[in-house]
Amino acid sequence: MLEIRDLHACRDEKEILKGINLSVKSGEIHAIMGPNGSGKSTLAKVVVGHPAYTVTSGDILYQGKSILEENPEQRALDGIFMAFQYPVEIPGVNNANFLRLAYNAKRTFQGQEELDPLEFDDLLQEKLKLVEMDPSFINRSVNEGFSGGEKKKNEILQMAILEPQLSILDETDSGLDIDALREVANGVNKLMQPDRAMILVTHYQRLLNYVQPDFVHVLSAGRIVKSGGKDLALELEDRGYDWVIDQQTAEV
Amino acid sequence: MSTLESIANQEYKYGFRSDIESDVIPKGLTEDTVRLISARKNEPAFMLEFRLKAFRHWQKMEEPHWANVDYPAIDYQDIIYYAAPKPKAKKKSLDEVDPELLKTFDKLGISLTEQKRLSGVPIAVDAVFDSVSVATTFKKDLLKHGIIFCSFSEAVQEYPELVEKYLGSVVPTTDNFFAALNSAVFSDGSFCYIPPDTVCPMDLSTYFRINTEGAGQFERTLIICDRNSKVSYLEGCTAPMFDTNQLHAAVVELVALENAEIKYSTVQNWFAGDPKTGKGGIYNFVTKRGKCLGDHSHISWTQVETGSAITWKYPSCILQGDYSKGEFYSVALTNNLQQADTGTKMIHIGKNTTSTIISKGISAGKSTNAYRGMVSMKKSATNARNFTQCDSMLIGSNCAANTFPVIEVQNKTARVEHEASTSKISEDQLFYFRQRGIETEEAMSAIINGFCKEVFRELPGEFAVEATRLLGLKLENTVG
Ligand SMILES: Nc1ncnc2c1ncn2[C@@H]1O[C@H](COP(=O)(O)OP(=O)(O)O)[C@@H](O)[C@H]1O
Ligand SMILES: [Mg+2]
Repeated sequence: MLEIRDLHACRDEKEILKGINLSVKSGEIHAIMGPNGSGKSTLAKVVVGHPAYTVTSGDILYQGKSILEENPEQRALDGIFMAFQYPVEIPGVNNANFLRLAYNAKRTFQGQEELDPLEFDDLLQEKLKLVEMDPSFINRSVNEGFSGGEKKKNEILQMAILEPQLSILDETDSGLDIDALREVANGVNKLMQPDRAMILVTHYQRLLNYVQPDFVHVLSAGRIVKSGGKDLALELEDRGYDWVIDQQTAEV
Repeated sequence: MSTLESIANQEYKYGFRSDIESDVIPKGLTEDTVRLISARKNEPAFMLEFRLKAFRHWQKMEEPHWANVDYPAIDYQDIIYYAAPKPKAKKKSLDEVDPELLKTFDKLGISLTEQKRLSGVPIAVDAVFDSVSVATTFKKDLLKHGIIFCSFSEAVQEYPELVEKYLGSVVPTTDNFFAALNSAVFSDGSFCYIPPDTVCPMDLSTYFRINTEGAGQFERTLIICDRNSKVSYLEGCTAPMFDTNQLHAAVVELVALENAEIKYSTVQNWFAGDPKTGKGGIYNFVTKRGKCLGDHSHISWTQVETGSAITWKYPSCILQGDYSKGEFYSVALTNNLQQADTGTKMIHIGKNTTSTIISKGISAGKSTNAYRGMVSMKKSATNARNFTQCDSMLIGSNCAANTFPVIEVQNKTARVEHEASTSKISEDQLFYFRQRGIETEEAMSAIINGFCKEVFRELPGEFAVEATRLLGLKLENTVG
């Protein structure tokens, strides 16, 4: 589904990704772990086409085609979704309206008719249950005054509504208390299907107790320095990142 | 390039000029010009007196200069003070209106045939082309209710006693430089009188169109709403694109008697000048003021200002009657090199008077946008209340927004509340929308609509749709 080849990317002339290779197939869940500042968020944002980053070399293929030339909304409509580490607040824009705008953009793209507010509300109520989210949030401005956990849940709600093929969740687990973490993880598990794929960016292993990854990758200084199965996450939890990074430097 | 920094402009789609033969008097302004205008219009003596008094006062006045707008000196001798489409525009019926004029208004989306709007609710239009009113629709239907809606010129001929009684009663000829100039040379405009105990059955509107290059537009609107009556009035405006600046110095006077209610809404889309050089565009120096003369009267101004090279405009309310109420809802958008200095004055005289000011300023490009507001609580204004909310939104980093609130309180029981905020549309907000499959333009429009919703809510249905669309167009490509 997703194929990243020797990807180099920079922001403000500073190279952050220094040759990433990653292959994600349908039905797979990949976890990307690594110390702060290693480039995890950057990788996610480059995949979804954030304009602040420039790809200097390499390629990103999605369903067999390079998406480097596609703008962010095109990539989104193609089915790539990112749950942001820091979801932005949008004062004045009603959350339900925002969700409907996004949903209808997808419907229009797929040649279906848009839903009116009433029809959409039915869908919304159903999805709210799925992610165990308090319905009062949909009548507030997008993310405005939401707690950290509420913002993360709102991201999952959007994911539930848009039903993307490929979801990249950037530290969706951080800032959640244990109940919220379980609710979010439940939502994520329900949304995972054999024809979909997920990339979970995290630097704790605790989310992975609830959502079982097929592969775990360690990112350090803009490179994937180690890949393995879900046991790798446990080992990282025990031993930290330093040994992986040391091992890698030793090899070079 | 950063998304928020690339600035382009939607082509101004009303920039065409109609080929209509005009009766134009020579450029320049002397006492003779004033007499000539009055004679052309066959005016009674009181009108000439009014004009001459204004003119003589104007000659002694100095053009005001404000810290926040900047423009080259206007040469008042280089302006045409009277331009009227030929043949003489006073028409008995709509069938006699020059088809070329009908076409012009049609192209502007203004129907001068008495058809119902899509919503099924008719709207009466007074169409002002350069200096004169060319057509007023639904006049007869309105007259059946005793409602007078006609061009100002016609009112001067047909209802001189009403005109004499109220003209200049809200904005005196000596009020300010541009009001004095207008009083001396105004050529036409709209007149409306709603008799007691009458709710006007349809919205009334004036549509202003400047066509002749080098002509100034000086129109005058006078609306009187008698006891227990109610009217909603809409105003729209456009002009062709010229390289030279054009002066628009209008005066609008509203009078609300006891328990009367006037709602005045404007969607202003004058040509703003070349987006890159700033060349051309309308100088919009307008004096708008309403007087709540009777107890429990109510005047509400709603404006969406999107055009003009320079806007200088402060729709105001004089709250004279006890329990009278003034409101000002404004969205002012500036882009490219536009400058806007707008706001309101609420003068509380009567007891228990209340006023509300909601001002939303949006600046993009290299524009400047200033809010200037005055709330004055006079000695007599026992228990008067004002609430002011003044929000600015910046798009990109080369624009500016300023607010200059002035508060004068002479009565201890009066209360004034002021809130202000400044926000910015950030790159990350736009990206958030885009990552959800929503295009930038649609994202902008959602954010702007959210920002303006308290004002849009006040606009009559179709105007709200128009305003939303217009803001979207004006901001197209401000983020690219
Ligand atoms: N806005 C920015 N401008 C310049 N550099 C940035 C910016 N944001 C992050 N970086 C740098 O990019 C690198 C990777 O950051 P990031 O992708 O956020 O890491 P992670 O998500 O793994 O913590 C860091 O060195 C960080 O300092
Ligand atoms: Mg991060």
